[in-house]
Amino acid sequence: MRDLAAGIVKQALAAGATGAECTMSEGDEFSANVRMRELETLKEAGSRGVGLRILVGKRTGSAYTSDFSSEGIRLMVRQAMELAEVTTEDPHLGLPDPAELGSLEGDLALYCGEVAQMETPFKIDLAKQAEAAALDADPRISNSEGASCDTNLARHVFANSLGFTGEYRSSNCSLSAVPVACEGESMERDYWFSLARSFAGLEKPADIGRIAAERALRRLGAVKVQTQKVPVVFEPRTARSLLGNIFEAVHGESIYRHASFLAGKLGEKVASEKLTVIDDGTIPGLFGTSPFDDEGVPTRRTVVIERGVLKTYLVNTYTARKLGMKTTGNAARGITGNAGIGHGNLYMERGHKSPEEILKGIPNGFYVTELIGFGINIVTGDYSRGATGLWIRNGELAFPVSEVTIAGNLSNMLQNLEFIGSDLEFRGSTAAPTLCIGEMTVGGR
Amino acid sequence: MGISDSFFASRFNITERDLERYLDEALSRGGDYADLYFEYLATSAISMDESIVKSATQGVSLGIGVRVIAGERTGYAYSDDLSPEKILKAAKVAACIAEGPSQVEKTPLQEGPRRNLYPVIVAPTDTAFSDRVELVKRADKCARAYDPRVFQVQATYADNLRHVMVATSDGVLNFDRQPMARLNVRALARQDGGPPQSGHSGGGGRVGLEFFLNEKTPEHFATEAARQAIVQLNAIEAPAGELTVVLGPGWPGILLHEAVGHGLEADFNRKGTSAFSGRIGQQVASPLCTVVDDGTIRNRRGSLNLDDEGSVTQRNVLIENGILRGYLQDKLSSRIMGSPQTGSGRRESYAHIPMPRMTNTFLMPGESDPADIIRSVSKGLYCANFGGGQVDITSGNFVFSASESYLIEDGHLTRPVRNATLIGNGPESMRHVSMVGSNLELDEGMGVCGKEGQSVPVGVGMPTIKIDKMTVGGTA
Repeated sequence: MRDLAAGIVKQALAAGATGAECTMSEGDEFSANVRMRELETLKEAGSRGVGLRILVGKRTGSAYTSDFSSEGIRLMVRQAMELAEVTTEDPHLGLPDPAELGSLEGDLALYCGEVAQMETPFKIDLAKQAEAAALDADPRISNSEGASCDTNLARHVFANSLGFTGEYRSSNCSLSAVPVACEGESMERDYWFSLARSFAGLEKPADIGRIAAERALRRLGAVKVQTQKVPVVFEPRTARSLLGNIFEAVHGESIYRHASFLAGKLGEKVASEKLTVIDDGTIPGLFGTSPFDDEGVPTRRTVVIERGVLKTYLVNTYTARKLGMKTTGNAARGITGNAGIGHGNLYMERGHKSPEEILKGIPNGFYVTELIGFGINIVTGDYSRGATGLWIRNGELAFPVSEVTIAGNLSNMLQNLEFIGSDLEFRGSTAAPTLCIGEMTVGGR
Repeated sequence: MGISDSFFASRFNITERDLERYLDEALSRGGDYADLYFEYLATSAISMDESIVKSATQGVSLGIGVRVIAGERTGYAYSDDLSPEKILKAAKVAACIAEGPSQVEKTPLQEGPRRNLYPVIVAPTDTAFSDRVELVKRADKCARAYDPRVFQVQATYADNLRHVMVATSDGVLNFDRQPMARLNVRALARQDGGPPQSGHSGGGGRVGLEFFLNEKTPEHFATEAARQAIVQLNAIEAPAGELTVVLGPGWPGILLHEAVGHGLEADFNRKGTSAFSGRIGQQVASPLCTVVDDGTIRNRRGSLNLDDEGSVTQRNVLIENGILRGYLQDKLSSRIMGSPQTGSGRRESYAHIPMPRMTNTFLMPGESDPADIIRSVSKGLYCANFGGGQVDITSGNFVFSASESYLIEDGHLTRPVRNATLIGNGPESMRHVSMVGSNLELDEGMGVCGKEGQSVPVGVGMPTIKIDKMTVGGTA
């Protein structure tokens, strides 16, 4: 595949391009779903795609196809070239500086061959065990949206006209359960999952089912509270979403457009000094790790916020040039098009207090276990989302709460971060421990 | 048109005999039902930012999905290669879900009735790129000219043309050609070096390029995006807590999509995991509410000649005068529940399993004058535009985010307020609908609905309505 990608780049240059980037990916997916102890769905397939982005001077064009025949590739090259005629010259357009290209050395533990060897009946059985553990946990778990075991294997190739070619494989397997708890008029569902590069890294099916059941059960009989301003604690699962918001706010494209509340704040104190945010694409075995980004630049460890001070934005080559920076190795794209920006493993450094210690200091507050909706405006930082969780009374989780909103402004929320927990765990490419924000508006009755 | 004239026959030499052979293979291990979904999708996208056309992309993806149903079990496999060997291999993989001898008598393939809800002669995807680039350029220019306080504009245009062919073991053979186009504009405005505010607008449908030249022009969307950004410059903090809420016509119909629509999808209801499960015939909304899901409206974004299981789409009354009438069915759920099909089986692509989905979901008009509705509120919130929404099907709790709203004081719209999320519980909120306007409007055609990782285009619509009590998630 590497040779094919390099060959496509050559073909583009021969067709008149002054620069070219070719992305190729190939993947196999498998999914087994069970529901109420019976197999419900099996899905299995493989697919591949190739994309090309060409430069003609300061103009660009992109195309993609799933047709790998020489005719299909020729058509893709022609289509990309055709589009360079309709785009406008952009002075900042270009490939990375050659000196910046490269790939991390060593085994990043992204691929585990045994994932491909897992037999279908074995995977079905894992899902059945996870669901059974949830159903057997309590008589009130009387229904289920099921449990699933998924595996994915992928190969990713990138080549450009500066001579870079790179390739890596990755594997993933995941196991999840979604039980439904019922009591009287109240019906609630929740979930738990485990994601790993290898089967050995998965949590035990019985634990996944049990935790999912406990989570659904503790939501039963939820009430709506009165509107009030209180401390709000985000458990790790919801705290992760705040990292996602921080990512959007330090995203190079939002910055050059002034479409972020953090634009122009480099070097300023934008958060409580308790907060340190790091993006690290180099940690072996994790889900945001890769040897190079989608422009062929090695990934790295970047401190984004250090003890409350904004140290850098996350950029690719284009946005770096717009902002007078150097790329941070955060280029990301699908199969084609101009590179966008992504993160590696984006996480908050852990604090010293356990979640229990954080709760203990709160006489009256809200512990958020699920957030819904899209009410976040990165331009202004205005934050308003639907929330579900548990009310904190005298330092303890007292009763379930739902159908309320939590609102504030991200800028104030970050300054007002009172505690960061010690319970940091990587369950995806973003990771945050328990967080406590001094005050937010809970909207209810 | 017979199969021999179809896109897949002429492009890939696929014959009716081939289809029969693939279906036979799919049912070779048993199973009650099998279907084949062929898809060829050509897409293009153009984006303008800082008055520069920064990107233009086009491409093709194609493939086939094979599904086998045995009882309540589904086997699925797909291939992005339409060679007979690869299709047969996918059919074999999907067949594994079934055990035992074949139980089903296959019905010979027969072409279904044909109609065309989107008679677009030249699909946007087949027009000159220079004409499409002109749309984003016009939008950019107009938004910037709207007001000197507008300082950033992004205009994006995207279209696609999808050819599909569906063949099923119960004898359906159907074809469709589905065009789609959309133009979006986002504007940022700033006053005297203060903080920026944003506005967004967009729309389109299953239309030809002439739609953007004659009906909804780039200037229409650009003006709307710029106007919203300017309005936000003077917005105050949104209120927090329970309030009377008036929703404007059109896109705020996303309320129905979240509060009602998802909860009425049959998969959740046959499993008993929806807040609406087992409630057919019951009062689940105010008697003023009649909610319809209609996949047959000409040129609409959510419309389809056929759903993605080859069934003809139709107009489905979900709630009639407040009484729950029925669910949105796909083939699997309608078989299990013994209910008639509603033409609601949809999927994102050949790589996805179909499930019950909405098309264009709206509330039928009532009798109130929209101006009277606002006049009737002494203290409340008027929401003119929304961003996205989401629902927890099981508890019935749903949210949607107001992107343009105003305080109502003594029957008049006064100050604009900042973005806020509104939250409610589906069956409960619909009971609080106390006035329904006569001014039904459908949205402009930019909705995307996500469910279990699959995105499909949808439409929504609503007249002005009053909800006596909803929780507003502001800070004031």
